[in-house]
Amino acid sequence: MTGPGPGALPGALEGLRVVELCDELGTFAGKLLADMGAEVVKVEPPEGDRARTYPPFADDEPGPERSLYFWHYNTSKASVTLDLGAEADRERLRALIDRADVLLQSGEAGADLTWEPLRETNAGLIMVTLSPFGRGMPRAEEAATDLTILAGGGPVWNCGYDDHALPPVRGGGNQGYHTASHFAVMSALVALLHRDETGRGQHIDVNAHAAANVTTEAGTYTWLVAQQTVQRQTGRHAGVNPSMPSQVLCADGRYVNTGIPPRRPESFAAVCEWLTTMGWAEEFLEFPLLEEGMRRERFDMSMLQQDEELMAIFGAGRAAMNFLATRLTAYEFFTGGQERGFQIGIIYSPEEVLTDPHFIARGFPVEVEHPEMERTVTYPGAPYRFGASPWRIRRRAPLLGEDNARVFAELAADAG
Amino acid sequence: MPGALSHLRICDFTGQLAGAGATRFLAAFGAQVIRIEDPVNQGRWDILRGMPPYVDERRGVELGGPFNNHNVEKLGVTLNLRTERGKELLRELVAISDVVAENFSAGVMERWGFGYEALKAIREDVIYVSNCGFGHAGPYRDYKTWGPIVQAVSGLTFSSGLADQPPAGWGYSYMDHTGAYYMAIAILMALRHRNRTGEGQWVDIGCTEAGASLTGPAVLDYTVNGRPLRRQGSPDSNRSQHPAMAPHGIYPSRGEDTWVAIACRDERDWRAFAEATGEPWTQEGRFADLRGRLVAQDALDELVAGWTRARGNFEAAAALQGAGVPATAVQRPEERIDRDPNTEAWGLWPTVRHREMGDVRVDGLPVHFSETDWTIERGGPCLGEHNAEVFGRLLGLDADEVASLTEEGVL
Repeated sequence: MTGPGPGALPGALEGLRVVELCDELGTFAGKLLADMGAEVVKVEPPEGDRARTYPPFADDEPGPERSLYFWHYNTSKASVTLDLGAEADRERLRALIDRADVLLQSGEAGADLTWEPLRETNAGLIMVTLSPFGRGMPRAEEAATDLTILAGGGPVWNCGYDDHALPPVRGGGNQGYHTASHFAVMSALVALLHRDETGRGQHIDVNAHAAANVTTEAGTYTWLVAQQTVQRQTGRHAGVNPSMPSQVLCADGRYVNTGIPPRRPESFAAVCEWLTTMGWAEEFLEFPLLEEGMRRERFDMSMLQQDEELMAIFGAGRAAMNFLATRLTAYEFFTGGQERGFQIGIIYSPEEVLTDPHFIARGFPVEVEHPEMERTVTYPGAPYRFGASPWRIRRRAPLLGEDNARVFAELAADAG
Repeated sequence: MPGALSHLRICDFTGQLAGAGATRFLAAFGAQVIRIEDPVNQGRWDILRGMPPYVDERRGVELGGPFNNHNVEKLGVTLNLRTERGKELLRELVAISDVVAENFSAGVMERWGFGYEALKAIREDVIYVSNCGFGHAGPYRDYKTWGPIVQAVSGLTFSSGLADQPPAGWGYSYMDHTGAYYMAIAILMALRHRNRTGEGQWVDIGCTEAGASLTGPAVLDYTVNGRPLRRQGSPDSNRSQHPAMAPHGIYPSRGEDTWVAIACRDERDWRAFAEATGEPWTQEGRFADLRGRLVAQDALDELVAGWTRARGNFEAAAALQGAGVPATAVQRPEERIDRDPNTEAWGLWPTVRHREMGDVRVDGLPVHFSETDWTIERGGPCLGEHNAEVFGRLLGLDADEVASLTEEGVL
């Protein structure tokens, strides 16, 4: 995976020059651009980006070239080291920005950069800054991390357990940073298309707290529209009113999401067939009610409270799905149900996704060479499939300052 | 003022949130997004048309709060693709559109006769972006999903939870939002590629793959170190994995179901925490460095909770923020929407005018552009609200023709 092979298609952003001056809030935006072909130059201090000190480390041995966190977020990028406290290196940064299409900035380094002076020498520059609360906003001085962005911005209120003695939960994986980075990329691309028409660049201010606020679905619009407050529930949507549990522990100790239980004659027929095929039709005592469900011509949900038989049929359908789930492995339940038309899902842990036959068949796990370690490492693959200009990891994350010589030579050549 | 994307037209079959959220973003920057719906079933494929919340006691396909939220600034037309005339009009619309976007189950567009090859025959450089749970190829091509199922299969549900508890998952469709973001990114990148090369293409999104690309460090810990996230005591996602921090968590505060989130990023934060709280246990030797605090994290969390329980969550957060420590109340919807000075100052909740619902507040965008900022003023379209504008002004049908096609059930 180092360099395009013969006949390899160019990425959609081939030729786009990006300078990345980001801490962990914005670095994912750089990866999204780089894996699509943009030339992303990551500017690091001489001692290296702080993320190089983040666990986990390869073989659990810390070291600036061994952080798996850094590996993941910096694929396909180049690295140059600049000491922004030194005048000569500030000049170099300025020269890099002068020839860039996009500047991505988050965190302390470059926080003093503003678009107005930069545009004087690069009118087409698209400058994207990401910060926890937006530049110059009332709470801009507050310290923040992924946890506090998601806790103050809405997502955490929605997540957790039926038992409210347990704290609400921040979902894992630094998704607050991801969401801000998604908006940074979407916005940079909008500005790029505008520049393609007009030649003019601009500054884009990305606010992570606001990004979390508008990425909480019903938690937000239930208040905006009806001034009602949703309450968290185990493994399912927070709601104004409680809903039925949908997470079941299977025979192999893994969980599934059982989705929406049977509501139509066809789905009752499918669950009857499933139980019969497994030889459990007699053992499942409410089987006759499922057969009743098959025969019913129509289901009127609004009659549920008045129609006792209907209520019993529905209860049996849900009980049948739970019965099957507890008797089968999570994978058997998932595929057996989906093959029969049920929208259900196995709850994989992240590493298990890479061994699933569907993801393997599509080539989702990708191999990336780490030549200095004489190692090939499996990474998560493409989030989208472009027919003509595909996603691809060009190179493993850069070594510290790996591209200094090449990039500085280019700058010198530009300066003529 | 023309928007950044005013030069673009999108023929939009998206719905729900995983698709509608993508074209919503583009519409806010001025792209002409023409949402096409089926007149026979009154657009009910998008179940959000009739779903709560509602502004008042009225119900129906024009009154669903979520639909309005996700479809602001779009035009809405009806078109019956069971009819030959309907197909003909769609071909005319595709011919003048830059992008065709959809998030049906895999194969639906193909069955209607509008798969990528057919679209390309109408317009050589068309950009076609499809988004479904598992993509258009592979063993699970025909499997069906919605947000929680995508989150389950992609590893995100599992990644959210407390130690020794079942997965907590996501209390909303994180991957409907995020799938929409990937769809918007795909549309925009494909347009950029077309600008450079003149070439269109098909971009296919399997939302579970987009989800599975959001757990990278956990995946690499397994593929490099053989350490699965599924192990005793893991995950515990209120704690920090990358980087390690302690204290780091969500702690109870005074009052019912109120909580405060605290993160000490480094030794400076920890010293500031100790000073701000003035608690004697912060001076204990076992908490003197990060390694010690991680080893004794359960005990540390109990002590932190003892301090937070005696205070209101906003009060505790303010005390720590005053010392420069990241901390916040876990904000309830009403707190972050109506009482947070930052969302107010940002203009995060614009009011739109919807033909039936009246004035309604909706999600704004978390970005501001210095030259071509977004606009969200118009509510989601009612069924066929823009038939006259699109079929009349854009495709050149006269009013009588639009009326008779409506009569015949084509529109």
